[in-house]
Amino acid sequence: MKRITLFAGHYGSGKTNIAVNYAKFIKSEGFDVSIIDLDIVNPYFRTKDSEEDLKKCGIELVSSEYANTNLDAPALPKEIYARIADKSKKLVIDVGGDDRGAVALGRFAPDITDENDFEMLFVANFYRPLTQIAEDALQVMREIELAGHIRFTGIVHNSNIGDETTAFDITKKEKELKKLAELSKLPVVFTAVSENVYPEFQNSNSELFKLELQKKYYKIEKEI
Amino acid sequence: MAEKVLMKGNEAIAEAAIKAGCRHYFGYPITPQTEIAAYMAKRMPKIGGTFLQAESEIAAINMVYGVSAAGKRVMTSSSSPGVALKSEGLSYLAGSDLPAFVVNVQRGGPGLGGIQPSQSDYFQATKAGGHGDFRMIVLAPASVQEMADLTIKGFELADEYRMTAMILADGTMGQMMEPVEIRDDAEIKTFDKPWAVTGTQKKREHNIVNSLYLKPEQLEKENFTRFERYKKIEENEVMYEEFMMDDAEICIVAFGIAARVSQNAVVEARKQGIKAGMIRPITLWPFPKKRLLEASKNVKAFISVELSMGQMVEDIELATKCTRPVMLCNRVGGMIPSPEEVLQKIKETQGGIN
Repeated sequence: MKRITLFAGHYGSGKTNIAVNYAKFIKSEGFDVSIIDLDIVNPYFRTKDSEEDLKKCGIELVSSEYANTNLDAPALPKEIYARIADKSKKLVIDVGGDDRGAVALGRFAPDITDENDFEMLFVANFYRPLTQIAEDALQVMREIELAGHIRFTGIVHNSNIGDETTAFDITKKEKELKKLAELSKLPVVFTAVSENVYPEFQNSNSELFKLELQKKYYKIEKEI
Repeated sequence: MAEKVLMKGNEAIAEAAIKAGCRHYFGYPITPQTEIAAYMAKRMPKIGGTFLQAESEIAAINMVYGVSAAGKRVMTSSSSPGVALKSEGLSYLAGSDLPAFVVNVQRGGPGLGGIQPSQSDYFQATKAGGHGDFRMIVLAPASVQEMADLTIKGFELADEYRMTAMILADGTMGQMMEPVEIRDDAEIKTFDKPWAVTGTQKKREHNIVNSLYLKPEQLEKENFTRFERYKKIEENEVMYEEFMMDDAEICIVAFGIAARVSQNAVVEARKQGIKAGMIRPITLWPFPKKRLLEASKNVKAFISVELSMGQMVEDIELATKCTRPVMLCNRVGGMIPSPEEVLQKIKETQGGIN
């Protein structure tokens, strides 16, 4: 396991959820880990939403003091520099969506690439309208690399349509995934599968990563 | 059937607008609706449409006026303070009987307020969109799927009645992600626009799009004619949904995110033996007045659940002619009531009527 794991991708592809789950995984392997929220774009649904949960697990969250407030300020906390410099600790970095979100990564890129102990993972959800095909996902990938000044080292498959997702929905997109891997010449590091469909993947050949379900906004139900 | 995709509410509006035939988007970024503009910026150039980030919200709404006068489907979107800036343009659109599709993804106010969700532009949308006598059709989605469906409906209604149709969503609706299926193009209604200023080709009289009438008599006539149309809308276009209203004694009235929360409270109240139900207005104007008046004959009290200091509550009182108590359960400033808070209000109300 590399010291720093970065998750980037198209916005809404599930980076934050995966980053939080991945930090918990690292912790469960016995490592000291911090999660850094580099998102300067998204106003709602941020790493900060998992603050209590992370605290309970003993994972430090480094996040803007303005996250989830009423202020729309693209601010980053100074502690990020300290965490990147402190080589005794693992880091999970949740990069903001698209190239616009990855801009914030650019200023930390030289330190991360100099140390050269990182994985930069592209989170792909082929159910997002603007990245439904491998070619479009590849374009987003290149745009993020240009803005963030770090090249991707692997792909995380996270195709889903929210809590309605079935095992079939996920496997249906393996063709696009394979194509993206070929086009980008990058390995697929794992496929993220939410805990409710995880049992259906027992005999799968691909590397799986189990995701805890996130709290959702209450659904509107039709009259029973 | 199209494959479902995972979308933010804002994206669903943008994609549905394109499906509805909208090829012209003018806007100015503001949280929490910026994804609409961002999505249009990516999509419009690929389909031969126009995306233009205007210099201000006021400029954007006036560009909408121009394209609409030329008979094309057009839209703008913003959030609360930005919609306030558009009010002059909304009035001019109404005075010129021009169709337009406008989106307000509301945030906390007044003033600069904040970026978290709110429903405090209810008055603005349903009663005071701008100066002068006019109405807008106001649609209140409660899911990402409805953000898409009501966008298409909005374009259709705007063209049919030659007026503004507005989506009044809250920040949560704009930002949350759910699976969506966008309707196929074939089902979308279009309307002839013989009034559009498209060049006469020397084959017809000039069309004039204008809101200035020199003679008071004529301006009065225009107003009366317009309100005849509004009356038709009140008769034909009311939309709402009911939940467990058959034997309900306490009726919650809520829209958007407040309705999603309230529905959970209704289910919990039923488990505890309280006969609660919910009416969810989908059109805020025209407001489901008739249904509420009818409901007032059977229910003992109403509870308006809103992310405002109490705005729709007044319309419930008017619709029911104050024959039943109308309670208010609200959070503001970007806060959302929890199902527990709504349940608590149901219990308090239950205690009051027994």
